Amino acid sequence: MINCKEATQLISQGQERTLTLAERLALKLHFLICAGCRASERQFEFLRAAARRIGSPEP
Amino acid sequence: MTPDEIQAALADMRPQMLRFARLQLRSEAAAEDAVQEALLAAHTSADKFTGASSVKTWVFSILKNKIIDELRRRVREGNVMDFAAAEDEMKDLDDLFDQRGHWAAPPMAWADPEAALDNQQFWVVFEACLDGVPPKHGRIFMMREILGLETEEICKELAISPSNCWVLLHRARLGLRECLTQRWFGEQQ
Ligand SMILES: [Zn+2]
Repeated sequence: MINCKEATQLISQGQERTLTLAERLALKLHFLICAGCRASERQFEFLRAAARRIGSPEP
Repeated sequence: MTPDEIQAALADMRPQMLRFARLQLRSEAAAEDAVQEALLAAHTSADKFTGASSVKTWVFSILKNKIIDELRRRVREGNVMDFAAAEDEMKDLDDLFDQRGHWAAPPMAWADPEAALDNQQFWVVFEACLDGVPPKHGRIFMMREILGLETEEICKELAISPSNCWVLLHRARLGLRECLTQRWFGEQQ
């Protein structure tokens, strides 16, 4: 089992590269038991969306 | 658009452009220069614009390129932080996890983050958080997510390995997540 520190690293790397099947599986299993990492994943996605909005201001 | 309309649209955008450039470049003078150059470029291409929104999209993409040029110039001239030596800034973030690598305080879901995007005050906090994370983390996060460079490009520009680049981006995200929780989303809960 991966721990939260490793899980958040994988979440972050998932925004930079395609995770391997084993990594995705490990993450999925971790999400089943960890609400904190599930929340982190959504928050990392939100950070990306928010930053992109700064980069391309809406007219 | 008439030249007057373009002029007015550009004048309107100037404060937002300056704030954007300042955030990335952390120098008033460099930000002024980048904005000035982008505005000049816009004047010479005025015939391309069909409306205020096309001016804005166009000028901001020019401004982004000017900022990237400036960041590249700084790297070339060695006027840049040593990104390879970033490991020492990681201590505080290690407190986020216990010895077994579990969250010391597990994150709670943020309430209605989408609504924050429409709140002007949120953007003030977001920029303050970008400014507040260690500069190496903040800079690389902005290159990746705001200026939209690919990870490979950033690694090359900064002469660091992809894994080092990922670590820095990850640290930036953890730091921003903490900051926004404390300074924005925490308040609502
Ligand atoms: Zn976890």
